[in-house]
Amino acid sequence: MPPEGARDGAPSGGAPGSAAPAGGVDALADAVLQGDKRAVARALNLVEDRRPSARDDVAALLERLAASDTDGGHRVGMTGPPGVGKSSLCAALGRTLREAGRSVGVVAIDPSSVRSGGSLLGDRARMSFDPGDEGFFVRSLATGGQAGGLSYAANSAARVLGAAFDVVLIETTGVGQSETDVMHLADTVALVIQPGSGDALQFLKAGIMEIPDVLIVNKADQVALARRAVSDLRGALRAAKSAGLVDAGAAWEVPIVPTSAETGRGLDSLAHQLALHHAYLLAAPGGVRARRLRGDVEWTLSLFAHTYGAHGVSTLGGRANLRLEVRQSLEAGETALRLVDTLGQRYLDALRTA
Amino acid sequence: MRRERDRPWIMRTYAGHSTAQASNALYRSNLSRGQTGLSVAFDLPTQTGYDGDDPLARGEVGKVGVPVAHLGDMRALFEGIPLDKMNTSMTINATAAWLLSLYVALAEERGVDPRVLRGTTQNDIIKEYLSRGTYAFPPAASMRLTTDLITYTVAQVPKWNPINVCSYHLQEAGATPAQELAYALVTAIGVLDAVKATGRVKDEDFATVVGRISFFVNAGIRFVEEMCKLRAFVELWDRITRERYGVTDPKLRRFRYGVQVNSLGLTEQQPENNIIRIVLEMLAVTLSKDARARAVQLPAWNEALGLPRPWDQQWSLRAQQILAFESDLLEHEDLFNGSPVVEARTRELIEEAWAEVEDVLEHGGAIEAVESGYIKQKLVESNAARIARIEAGEQIVVGVNKYEKGAPCPLTENLDDAILTVDPAVAEAQKKALDAWRSARDEGAVREALDRLREVARTSDSLMDASIAAAHAGVTTGEWAGALRDVFGEYRAPTGVAGATLHSPSSGAAAETVAELRERVAALAERMGRRPKLLVGKPGLDGHSNGAEQIAIKARDVGFDVVYEGIRVTPEHIVASALEEGAHLVGLSILSGSHLELVPSVVEQMRAAGLGDVPIIVGGIIPDADAAKLRSLGVARVYTPKDFALNAIMSDLVSLVSDTHAA
Repeated sequence: MPPEGARDGAPSGGAPGSAAPAGGVDALADAVLQGDKRAVARALNLVEDRRPSARDDVAALLERLAASDTDGGHRVGMTGPPGVGKSSLCAALGRTLREAGRSVGVVAIDPSSVRSGGSLLGDRARMSFDPGDEGFFVRSLATGGQAGGLSYAANSAARVLGAAFDVVLIETTGVGQSETDVMHLADTVALVIQPGSGDALQFLKAGIMEIPDVLIVNKADQVALARRAVSDLRGALRAAKSAGLVDAGAAWEVPIVPTSAETGRGLDSLAHQLALHHAYLLAAPGGVRARRLRGDVEWTLSLFAHTYGAHGVSTLGGRANLRLEVRQSLEAGETALRLVDTLGQRYLDALRTA
Repeated sequence: MRRERDRPWIMRTYAGHSTAQASNALYRSNLSRGQTGLSVAFDLPTQTGYDGDDPLARGEVGKVGVPVAHLGDMRALFEGIPLDKMNTSMTINATAAWLLSLYVALAEERGVDPRVLRGTTQNDIIKEYLSRGTYAFPPAASMRLTTDLITYTVAQVPKWNPINVCSYHLQEAGATPAQELAYALVTAIGVLDAVKATGRVKDEDFATVVGRISFFVNAGIRFVEEMCKLRAFVELWDRITRERYGVTDPKLRRFRYGVQVNSLGLTEQQPENNIIRIVLEMLAVTLSKDARARAVQLPAWNEALGLPRPWDQQWSLRAQQILAFESDLLEHEDLFNGSPVVEARTRELIEEAWAEVEDVLEHGGAIEAVESGYIKQKLVESNAARIARIEAGEQIVVGVNKYEKGAPCPLTENLDDAILTVDPAVAEAQKKALDAWRSARDEGAVREALDRLREVARTSDSLMDASIAAAHAGVTTGEWAGALRDVFGEYRAPTGVAGATLHSPSSGAAAETVAELRERVAALAERMGRRPKLLVGKPGLDGHSNGAEQIAIKARDVGFDVVYEGIRVTPEHIVASALEEGAHLVGLSILSGSHLELVPSVVEQMRAAGLGDVPIIVGGIIPDADAAKLRSLGVARVYTPKDFALNAIMSDLVSLVSDTHAA
């Protein structure tokens, strides 16, 4: 074992891997806002902590981060079916953004084993990065056993990274409910497909899949196939529009970007399109916060339903009423975690008086 | 009645270490003891395209082989050895085209016509992505270098074996005999198809190319089955060359192969038993006259302990000589033709392997199956099954899980003298030598040669001429590979662990242990607030990733969140990952012997990063004295090949995290 005192090097204490921030939550939040990697790592350990005893600290941390005057980093959700090369693309996009001088945080999500609860978090293996780079940070997360678990950790992690870095890439597993949850926290949703993925096209046309903000055709090294895929996607988008699945009045035209993580093709263009969408959000009424509010409402509802169940939702007046109330509270500056606790308390009180 | 004896196979010893000068002395002494060919082992920086003074080469210079950084090193390596008479096998892959260029340049310098050179470049890049890990460029670019070398030698060095398609490493990575057959054959097909696609070989000459393809095979302890495997190889290769490539000359359809028998099965416990294993394995590749190896190299009995000494290698050579010259083996026709038992087993292997060959070909062939991680995943699964069988006692390994008790072995009484250690001064000397080499050469000519390399790399022309010119100009190994990396980019191969499934027993003692471990992990997760997270790192250039992979999937199976980053990462990289990931535990795997350089560096940097209380465990071929040293530095546990019981290791890991995060 390491000798006594080996821990002295840690600037603000707190055993790595353990939650309790020795220097206090406020100091930790401030260090995160400065982009201090060690603080970011500790803050992430904290928000991953599922113990009830950690909840107050987590809520306080997120509150303090949210209270800073900036909107934080641009949160980009990278989704798409398994096997389309999302990790390699994230790694390549990360490099491109770094070369352009943007700092980058990545949340890479992999599935947990149903049997053991364990996971193999392999995305890091695709990333080659300079370990001395203070502007690049990757945290891998497992989907975890229970529903709702992931959205809690991933959502909070994205907020922490967003407070420290210019761009946050959230790379999902591409399947399941967690997918939708994670997308709620993204400012920009990018859907990655590869040439020849017919399913994605069908889902888009049928409205089963939400229309993303940016469409990426990865593995576009084979030019002919990729060209075909791009024109198929154009067709699908048109079909979705004429079926009324896309807000006709929206000023944002969904771009289709062919990329190749291997050759680096299309990455500059992808970075550019993402930045354009970010600028579009910032210029919209209410800015990026308006979009985040919508996502936060859904996140809060999903967290509440996960903790207190359908009975909780119906006791507090049903989903539609609850959504309205949540929206108002969040607009008034309440944070999601605190709100879930408040609502939960009300539910428990209702049970007691019933 | 005594018949005329067959010609014996070529006898080699895989050798090379420290410096070109020291290795040259070793080669000359091996040749004087009756060795009939050379088998050059290169160090990892040379194999992966770095010079000895590159940061990634730290701790690796001269360790697992000889460093060859430029023409001067090649001169020293073959000092006093006549190139026109020697048969030289080079275990070199990613940088094969470069090392052959140096060899050809040396021949030209000595006035030897390259057309008379004989030998082999391993040059099989596919298995590097699957098992051995010494790749340098992405698969397509690597395949192009492979074909450049093949088309060059077929035209210019006609007696050279340009590629040794390796099934050897597939077995080391866990392949079953049928998998070994199938994946080696699809590799050969992938290579031949790629050569055809270059359009550089005329149709009527293609049979010659087919005839130059040779194989490098493994033989394990189940030597009867292994012998059948070789007979299956002969038949399947005959079928493929005839049907797929239309080769009519039976001589060009012959399955020509060299062998290194199995190192994976050599044990650290009772290591003296290994010499018996080695001899039995040698029988698998020599008994059948119709499927006999052309060249044999045997490992040394003490390989699981550390680097073998010259005497250890001589002992293995003597085993070959006794079989070839004392016994009557070479006096007989094929012993098994018409044996129903041997033929039936051979037939089974052929059918099983052929089904897998067709499957891979249908799904796009070898390269596709590597890039998608399909083959890697199959190998990781087979290896996990093998380890589980040994742990459960279903597969007996004498001295390991049966008959463990015995009299102490006098050969290992003084264990630390029973292996070879490389003088750490070697790396420093190599750095100085590199400086001297660079300052003595014509920089203008070097720049020009490197520009020319980059220029050709951007076309689809062969890189051989530009490489040979670069060798003459004094370019170094790192510069050659660096120029090509500029054009081709770098590559990280799939690790194969994410999708691999572990078939845990569902009942019995082993199942209970796994269930118990899972419960302990779950309880720990609850107590700590999040699941224990293990970071598995492979620092250095060593690409032998079996151990790291098996620990990673086993840890996942008992409930850890596991971050595995693949091979070839620096200590700095590992520490950054441990911090960013919030790891509770860091595991390092090192098999190249450079643990004393790499592990302390990780330990120090972990402390500097404020991660001093994250326990570090180390696995690898680590002599006892070194293990003690590592523990005194603060390493929590050291595991060596004798720790085969994965459940016991897992139990340790859970306790380590639990103790660090006391309630």
